[in-house]
Amino acid sequence: MSDPIIICRDVHKWFDDFHALRGINMEIDRGEVIVIFGPSGSGKSTFIRTINRLEEHQRGQIIVDNIELTHDVRNIAAIRSEIGMVFQSFNLFPHLTVRQNITLAPIWVKKIPKEEADEIAMKLLIRVGCPEQADKFPAQLSGGQQQRVAITRALAMEPKIMLFDEPTSALDPEMIKEVLDVMISLANSGMTMLVITHEMGFARAVADRMFFFDEGLVVESGTPDEIFEHPKEDRTKLFLSQILTH
Amino acid sequence: MTAPVENLTAPTSPGPIVWIRRNLFNNWYNSILSLLTLFIGYFVVTAIFNWVFNIADWRPVVNFPILYLVGQFPRDQLWRVFLSTAMVSLLMGMSWGIWGKLVRPFALSVGAFFGILALLPVQSEILSPANRALLFLNLFLVLGGFALRRFEVLRGRYIAIGWIVAGLLIVLVILPGFRGSAFLPEISTTLWGGLLVTLLLAGGGITLSIPIAIFLALGRRSSLPVVKGFCVVFIETVRGVPLITILFMFSVIIQLFLPVESRLDRLFRALIGMTLFSAAYTAENLRGGLQAVALGQIEAAKAVGMNNVLITGLIVMPQAIRAVIPALVGQFISLFKDTTLVLILGINELLGIGKAIINSDPEFIRLQAEVYIFMAGVYWILSSIMSYSSRQLEAALGVGER
Repeated sequence: MSDPIIICRDVHKWFDDFHALRGINMEIDRGEVIVIFGPSGSGKSTFIRTINRLEEHQRGQIIVDNIELTHDVRNIAAIRSEIGMVFQSFNLFPHLTVRQNITLAPIWVKKIPKEEADEIAMKLLIRVGCPEQADKFPAQLSGGQQQRVAITRALAMEPKIMLFDEPTSALDPEMIKEVLDVMISLANSGMTMLVITHEMGFARAVADRMFFFDEGLVVESGTPDEIFEHPKEDRTKLFLSQILTH
Repeated sequence: MTAPVENLTAPTSPGPIVWIRRNLFNNWYNSILSLLTLFIGYFVVTAIFNWVFNIADWRPVVNFPILYLVGQFPRDQLWRVFLSTAMVSLLMGMSWGIWGKLVRPFALSVGAFFGILALLPVQSEILSPANRALLFLNLFLVLGGFALRRFEVLRGRYIAIGWIVAGLLIVLVILPGFRGSAFLPEISTTLWGGLLVTLLLAGGGITLSIPIAIFLALGRRSSLPVVKGFCVVFIETVRGVPLITILFMFSVIIQLFLPVESRLDRLFRALIGMTLFSAAYTAENLRGGLQAVALGQIEAAKAVGMNNVLITGLIVMPQAIRAVIPALVGQFISLFKDTTLVLILGINELLGIGKAIINSDPEFIRLQAEVYIFMAGVYWILSSIMSYSSRQLEAALGVGER
């Protein structure tokens, strides 16, 4: 008996005349870790942004935790409070300290008392391994630390789903591991995760299923084993050979 | 085989004599030019010193310190001005204690201003030892307010409320007073003058224009056509008209449309004119700052569930204001200097007092140069404090910048 937390049926999205998503179907169960990969411009980023309504889909249906995404502002707010998102470029608030970055939404959106929010923030910072950075500004942190703080900021809202949009693409090689380690422990803790990444080691280690996107469509999906060892589509084989050979 | 690396030290900079020889006297024509410049400089400096200390007659400046400070404000009611400055000084000190480096330059300027005023080496009945002590008290209030930070009860929001309450009290109660009141007799704004009016107009114009400017800047980016249209028309109209025209308009035309009994006070009309003028320019500066805020910031704020009001107030506006502080301070400095234009409405701000003093005595007519140089000095010092403070502000806020 499956219990899908995200259901996408025939999701379409246009940017003016450009057909970015051409009918995406996906069902994701609670606790599943999904890796989405594909060439740039394939619509993978657009797709996960439709799930928390940073992009609006124009046809089809998206249901998150039994709430359908419509124009209703209350639905959007409800869904965003259940979904955390981590961006390629971190997008920390540069005018606020690390602690303020993390506690801002809990205090103003969830109306949690400041002291309690600070406590949650410190607990999470210890979990991602940078509690000593709490009173620094984002600009004073390394890229890896910034991304770990960004993950903490999303976690502080206690989301049921976490979206990662190429979380390690803007990082220097030696910092990628520290961010992936945090993501792996998050995956092992049972969080439902949608991760756009080309870190295939991460995919092998924790992904339950992988989706290969190209030209606004899901070309192929399956377990990491199926995708890496027995890819069916030529397009998938070609893409994998390109990213795995160098 | 590689050569062993020596322990190199950074080259030391040469001493001043070497520097002069290398840069000013390195060949015959540079030597001549250097000597010539030195010569001219010497004559200019001695000429200026000679004029300032021997030729110039500073009587129209030093004989009227109170006139320059508060104009014709009744001398027996000066305690009301002292009370106002005391409130400002105390709040400055407390703000310094709470917000630290952000407010420090302003607080120290206020303290230094009163300290210098109290020790001013000029003869004046009003600058009696008692009054000098009162002026000096302001310096202690600034420092005392700062010392209050040891008490945990002081919070930023209480001080912000304190500023608003004190501002309203000063402008609406303490200085104007009430008709028929024995304790606080009414003092017509026509008697207010000098630096008091200059600072009220500049300070009032700046503080009132900021919230208006925020709404105008946001309105201009609004998706509601009526709001957007109103803001665009307002901003472009005000920016397309000289300040002097706006002041005349508010002074003359507005009065024609109001019934006689509800006509506005002259100083108040000037303040409205300056505020709206400043708001339009500030709004345009802010709009530049709003556009500089990265789209990713708004997306990140949306992703953690913030609504548009929270995003604007907590994420976008703070970053936008930070980005345009230099432009805003430039705008405020020019507003401060533009307060001299209210002279044409018959309001005796600082420059107006200077002119009045010149005209008050036939002997002073030939001493105009002294008065205007003094005026220029006052405006220059006050503007310098503002721009110095803004640089400190930028440096203090710069911690969070990329």
